[in-house]
Amino acid sequence: MTDKIRVGFEGDFQVKEIAITPGDPAPWDPSHTFSIVGTRVPRLDGKPKVTGEAKYSIDMRLPGMLYGRILRCPLAAATVTSVDLSAARKMPGVGAALAIAEPGEKIRYAGQEVAAVAAATPEQADDALAAIRVAYDPRPFVVGLEAARKPGAPLVFDGKAETKTSAGDVESGGKELARNGNVLGPRSSLKGNVEEGFKKADAVVEATYVTQVQTHTALETHGLVAQWDGDALTVWASTQGVFGVRDELAETLKIPVAKVRVLTEHMGGGFGAKFGARIEGLTAARLAREAGAPVKLFLDRKEEQLSTGNRPSSVQTVKAGATRDGKLTALQLTVYGDGGTNGGTGTSGPIKNIYACENLKVDEYDVFTNAGPSTAMRAPGHPQGAFALEATMDELARALGMDPLEFRLKNDPSAVRREEFRIGAEKIGWKAREARRQTPDPWIRRGVGVGAAVWYNTGDTGPRATVTIHRDGSAEVEHGVQDLGTGSRTMVAIVAAEELQLPLEKVSVSIGDTRMPYGPESGGSTTTPSSAPTIRRAAYQAKKELARAIARQWKVPADSVTVQDGVVSAPGDPKHSVPWAEACTLLPGQGVSATAERADNHEDAWKRFTTGAQFAEVEVDTATGKVRVDRVVAVHDCGVPINPLATESQIQGGVIQGLSYALYEDRVLDRQTGRMVNPNVESYKIAGAMDVPEIDVTLVSVWDGINNTNSVGIGEPATVATAAAIANAVSHAVGARIRQLPITPEVVLAAVKEAEEARAKGGRA
Amino acid sequence: MSDEPRGGFTRRDLVRGSLVGAIAAGVGTKAGPAEPGPIGPGAAPLELTVNGTVHRMSVEPRVTLVEALRDRIGLTGTKVVCGRGACGACTVLVDGRTVCSCLMLAHEATGKSIATIEGLAAGGRLTPLQEAFIAADALQCGFCTSGMILSCQALLEREPKPSRQAIREAVAGNLCRCGTYNHVFDAVERAAGLKTAQGASPTVLARSGLPPDGSRRIEDDPRVGKAIREAMEEEGLA
Repeated sequence: MTDKIRVGFEGDFQVKEIAITPGDPAPWDPSHTFSIVGTRVPRLDGKPKVTGEAKYSIDMRLPGMLYGRILRCPLAAATVTSVDLSAARKMPGVGAALAIAEPGEKIRYAGQEVAAVAAATPEQADDALAAIRVAYDPRPFVVGLEAARKPGAPLVFDGKAETKTSAGDVESGGKELARNGNVLGPRSSLKGNVEEGFKKADAVVEATYVTQVQTHTALETHGLVAQWDGDALTVWASTQGVFGVRDELAETLKIPVAKVRVLTEHMGGGFGAKFGARIEGLTAARLAREAGAPVKLFLDRKEEQLSTGNRPSSVQTVKAGATRDGKLTALQLTVYGDGGTNGGTGTSGPIKNIYACENLKVDEYDVFTNAGPSTAMRAPGHPQGAFALEATMDELARALGMDPLEFRLKNDPSAVRREEFRIGAEKIGWKAREARRQTPDPWIRRGVGVGAAVWYNTGDTGPRATVTIHRDGSAEVEHGVQDLGTGSRTMVAIVAAEELQLPLEKVSVSIGDTRMPYGPESGGSTTTPSSAPTIRRAAYQAKKELARAIARQWKVPADSVTVQDGVVSAPGDPKHSVPWAEACTLLPGQGVSATAERADNHEDAWKRFTTGAQFAEVEVDTATGKVRVDRVVAVHDCGVPINPLATESQIQGGVIQGLSYALYEDRVLDRQTGRMVNPNVESYKIAGAMDVPEIDVTLVSVWDGINNTNSVGIGEPATVATAAAIANAVSHAVGARIRQLPITPEVVLAAVKEAEEARAKGGRA
Repeated sequence: MSDEPRGGFTRRDLVRGSLVGAIAAGVGTKAGPAEPGPIGPGAAPLELTVNGTVHRMSVEPRVTLVEALRDRIGLTGTKVVCGRGACGACTVLVDGRTVCSCLMLAHEATGKSIATIEGLAAGGRLTPLQEAFIAADALQCGFCTSGMILSCQALLEREPKPSRQAIREAVAGNLCRCGTYNHVFDAVERAAGLKTAQGASPTVLARSGLPPDGSRRIEDDPRVGKAIREAMEEEGLA
């Protein structure tokens, strides 16, 4: 079956004929009149969260439950020679103790797991942990990207590198790569011929940009509560994917998948770091089995900051050329990233996918160090890649004597993002930005900067949902997705209510349980575009079941009954037309239900990237180097937003995390010991209430027709451009390029000095 | 770590090492502490008055107030994020003042009146502040929300019509990772009757269903684009 739909965005629509998967409704198109999609719906779990009733996994208390704790190695590199648990086992209240690292096993960073205990109270577990005796054979270690690259640096992996990727990683490689010392790579991509491209250029710029390691710092730490009942295991996990936790537990513990149940009712943030059972989850399950009692094992803040992942650092050298009329001729990126004991540090997403350029060369290297492993973090590689790319675009525009925004518009192949740039420019007052640079206070400068965002996912196949319509006219949705705080639960209810034409209070939603139909893991901004079309399809099919059941009652042909605008009728037959609620009373005892699996994406629809443009206005104190971000304008495409209220909240969050990354966050390791010196939230600074700017969010609806709800995710694109826009704004304010994150007062003062020296030589003002 | 059993310095380590036995603990009633005297290191009886209810338990002196609330009493609305007074997630009201309950020992709270997030909605009826948090979407994952609300509640009690700056300052010690801050400020202004334009309309909230006309801002219309720009021009924003 094919259908003609309108795709595009306001002012740029086209008609496409697409193939519709049997059993799937055609995508909503711009002529559709919505009743609830697109309105601002307060989240359904608001009440339990504002009253403290919401039970997060960390809040679970079970009868006889023990508290688990993990012992970690204080050395940055060592070989474990012995683990003696005998004294710990005799401590009061102890129910189980086990070794995580066996003798002979190598420790690769300070904070790696060595052993664990479970005891009746948290205090007893602490005491028992102190009674574990571990002996180590220390080995040389290396921290810091530059030190690890040097010939003769201690090797983090003397054999094959044991790295892993996780859901949400983007372009993290996977092929067998060359390794030289601690350096893995390059992962290379090549398009056209960059040497030829640079020859054609009228201006070429080249510079190196440095970014720091950022930790996810979700407020609820990693962990789970594990309870065995015979050979069956139930866990309450803080996770971005209940099904992934289930599968890893089953595989590692060698029990059937069907015997493992994972629940996540409410969840205190993930940002990419919470996939799989992970070592603390497996440890909790093992402790619970040994103790014959439920075990709660959640990390404390120090452990969370040390060992659960991070956004790797980067040292990016970007070279770019363009012609006098402002067309890019060549782009080149060479990047080294410190991912600790993990790889996947590439940053090439933005340079490959934002601006059009025929000649592109990318070489990405992972550098192993004796530090906690990197893992996917909100738009992996992209905030750091966008920072370097967008600084380069500003530099090149300057070299050409062109307005930076005009230069971007000339090279941006995305009509949606060009529109976003234009909307944002008007809102921030781009044209008047030069006039605002000087302030009455000679020390204070203002600056305005811009950055572009790109993201990709339009959802994956695989998810399933069950929709049941009851005789009282209410409906129930079961879908094993989890809500990380993004509003997934509410999104599921809205889509079902829209398709069934029901008010929201008639729809109940159950999520966060592997006993339910499979829901997607929440990574890579895939949740909504994977779940929403699934829910709509299941609701659509449940509605068909309703029509069939009513047709039987009315003794009319099965396909002659329609459900439209809350009325069930057999068109052309006036005596057979009743409101929804009345029709439902005619249903058999348990109502009707349908389970559906998400249809494939319509690849024949309007292929595109998810886009965004952000503008920042900053005030810089050139005497102290302090930066204050006054305003951020964020213009984003979120497909057709299902709940603009939650979408805007998530964009607010992406901007604030981006600001925090741009100005404050920095994991610091002690070079003498290899230990992290700020595994906390007072010296690892994240943005607080005093730091946040006014954030102006605009959503541009895009009807791509790729899935039946035109939905895409906003989690990642919301944070891609912020640091870039802020860095460009600070550069604009001080008159010298910021090439390093975080933009601390020290970095600003160095830029101020550079600008003064350039001015003294008659350079840029 | 092997030489730092609990993964380094925490409040509990500090108090375990230096304060055991030195706490003037009143194993008393709300009427006033009993004769102070040394307790510990073993468990000692304790009464805590939380949300007007007296809870009796026996805990070691090193147990913090938040641990007593969460692990002993089961009031898990109060969260622990940093364990050292840096994030405000464990904020409770002790005799009406905001306190980081990870920095107060359970025995120190004897004889004091403790209010937690669970005590706010009397009889299941949300306070205007709680309603405003929902309406303004001032929560995402919700893990900082209990502490945020209690800090804001304390602010509204001492300053019923706070300025935006005063709100910022009131929650300066409450960290949020999802980035709800601006919506928190909106929520407090809404609860104080200072603002109604942002967030979901109260009408939508009350009905929780199909939105009435007027709850939809022009930018929220799914068919945005040209419409947004025109509206912005009309409002002088563009």
